[in-house]
Amino acid sequence: MTKKKETTTKSPTRRIAMAAHLCLQGRSLLGSKTVARNWQYYTQVCHCITVTRVPTKILNGSSINKGNHTTPQARQRWKQQMFCYSDLAAKHLATEAKENKDVEGVSTADVVENKSPLLPIRDAVSVTESQISFDLDAAPELSSLELISDEAAVSIPVPFDMPSDSISLRDYVDKSETLSKLVQMGVNLWKLEQRPNVGSMLLRLNFDTDVAPRLLFLKDIGVEDSSYGNILTQNPFILTESLVHLHSRVNFLKSQNFSSETIASMVSRAPYLLNFSVKRLDNRLRFYQQHLKLSADNTRNILTRLPRLLCGSLEPVKENLKMCEVELGFKENEIQHIIIAVPKVLTLNKRKLTQIFDFVHNTMNVPHNLIAKFPQILNSKYLRIRERHLFLEYLEKAQYDPDLPNYISLERLVFLHDERFCTEVAFVTLEDFNLFQKTL
Amino acid sequence: MATPAIRMFRKIEGLFCVYKPSGVHWKLVRDGIETKLLKGLSDTPSLPIPKEVRFLAHPVSETETSKELTLSAVSLPVLSKHPLVTGPEFQHIKVGVGHRLDAFSSGVMVLAVGNGNKALHDLYATQVTRDYTLDGEFGTATDDFSHTGRVVERSTYGHITQDKLDRVLAMLQGANQKALLMYSNVDMRSQEAYELAVQGLLGPEGKSLPILTGLRCVHFQPPNFTLEVQCLNETQKYLRKIVHEIGLELRSTASCKGVRRTRDGPFTLQDALTRNHWTASDVLQAIKQYHTSKENLKYSHRQIMDPALQPPEESTTVNMKPARKQQWGQ
Repeated sequence: MTKKKETTTKSPTRRIAMAAHLCLQGRSLLGSKTVARNWQYYTQVCHCITVTRVPTKILNGSSINKGNHTTPQARQRWKQQMFCYSDLAAKHLATEAKENKDVEGVSTADVVENKSPLLPIRDAVSVTESQISFDLDAAPELSSLELISDEAAVSIPVPFDMPSDSISLRDYVDKSETLSKLVQMGVNLWKLEQRPNVGSMLLRLNFDTDVAPRLLFLKDIGVEDSSYGNILTQNPFILTESLVHLHSRVNFLKSQNFSSETIASMVSRAPYLLNFSVKRLDNRLRFYQQHLKLSADNTRNILTRLPRLLCGSLEPVKENLKMCEVELGFKENEIQHIIIAVPKVLTLNKRKLTQIFDFVHNTMNVPHNLIAKFPQILNSKYLRIRERHLFLEYLEKAQYDPDLPNYISLERLVFLHDERFCTEVAFVTLEDFNLFQKTL
Repeated sequence: MATPAIRMFRKIEGLFCVYKPSGVHWKLVRDGIETKLLKGLSDTPSLPIPKEVRFLAHPVSETETSKELTLSAVSLPVLSKHPLVTGPEFQHIKVGVGHRLDAFSSGVMVLAVGNGNKALHDLYATQVTRDYTLDGEFGTATDDFSHTGRVVERSTYGHITQDKLDRVLAMLQGANQKALLMYSNVDMRSQEAYELAVQGLLGPEGKSLPILTGLRCVHFQPPNFTLEVQCLNETQKYLRKIVHEIGLELRSTASCKGVRRTRDGPFTLQDALTRNHWTASDVLQAIKQYHTSKENLKYSHRQIMDPALQPPEESTTVNMKPARKQQWGQ
């Protein structure tokens, strides 16, 4: 499109030269460059005319709304173009005036072609308006001493005293509508401005055309109002994503049998989810389906509980799975059980995971099947497990075998608060436990 | 104008000590405490956002025929002062660490917040002693002197008795005592040396080799034994090496199972905050306690000094005296 415009705007001067050339050399120069160009130009104009015909037709159809004012103009324009077309077809390239005319015709045609075909009526009106304004340009400007009404004074746009550059968004917040509305929604601009290019991206946004439609979209898919701030703080780039893409991604997730409520919760917990293209999302879903070897329902369940699995890197997940199998020696069904119970095992730090497993399995002598039964222990703190186990061992109460009396389950060991752990599991006071911690 | 956060920060300036668990690097402990303190500071209520008056043009309703310009004065909050825009008031706090503990060892570690760093510097300029408990085990020698290292030698330990161990410890302590006198840079035949020794202030000035000022066995049950050590300018690796050398001296081998610091200058195990208490409120309590104890010390010191009609000395050295005397008594 732009290329075409270039050729048409360049053309008048070139064509004068061309015309002179033609006069000198005659018509017999077949295959020369100038002729080839001429033909190219001819075909371009043909194309433009065919395009302009479509909106004028629609416009004729909608003349009930617009009345007589617009249609004759459009028709006139169409006629003008036809005239140019015939001119070119006859190859009368000598006069400059005609050239200008057809350039004008082509440029208006370009404008029409630029707009999307979904809104033909408005396009046509805008074209006519631009023509009218073109006519009004000739009117003399008001002198600076003339009195103007209050209304006119209000309508004169006052340039904002926004700083041209700044290291912080703080200077822009009070003047920019977008930023002030974002702050009122609870977006942490301080965090956002520390990320590269995000500040200038936010400043360039227009609230009514860029921000509001995305927020309405989030509302439509069922995200709660209170989480907008959080989502935008984590992922401001959702504001630059096109609505068509966002809709198609949500539709894709729906087609994968995610319910609309789960999609809303997934989006609010993993805001980058909607920035992934459908193809990429599909790849990731398939990856989890293949590598976890679970049923579709279970995979979906895991992904809804931990949606950042879909956004993060897949390599650590693969490594963790392999590590559970090879290094920690879990069986396949045990791994599946662990993952269904605690999906976070897939994203845990490998060093920490092995450290905890090493302590639980080798020091506390807990067999694999018990760990698989209480996989939450893999998701707890190493220091916490260690100090509690050593305390119980000191009290001679460390007994993790369910078949023997005074059995302490791994869940009770780890997931009780210190006070409840002391009173219910160890049967001592909290002060004793604190004193014991200082002897480690 | 002091905001609540600044007021709280002034309260948490000072010294306190934590109990570092073994297996954690001291930097992690320090960073964790800094983030906890920052969280506590950012949780304080922020000042109300200042307001400014602005003139807003109201769109004239279409029913009105008179199209007049209506401006109304509205006081709006200045959004550039909003906490979401300015960020938290404190983004870094100076948290200084006293004498370090390496990842293998555990125990009391002194931390300083804000202007407490100056006090920390003064504290270590006075050459404070530290208490350690060393757990050792006879029978193996490892390349890094700890029980987790690569075993380089195994030996028997049946011939070791507590008597023999005590003899070796006494010999070691004597050698260190000699080194202490040598590093103190005072002529041993002078009046000055005598007076310092009487007060218990004799010690190395500035940097010196590690010096053990006290060494005794508190628990002996072969192959395990526990030593209690007071020392100056030490590193934890040096202490593990001491255990190794004791093993060699006893015609056997020994490795160190644990290094635990029980006292660092005036800070003892009782004051130390365990891992679950590393929160802003608990640190606030600990620092308050530190300040009151310092006041008490000054007060009691003045009461002692007043009858003798002597001018009060600077408080930092005063802090150290009881500890020193105690250590010489052993």
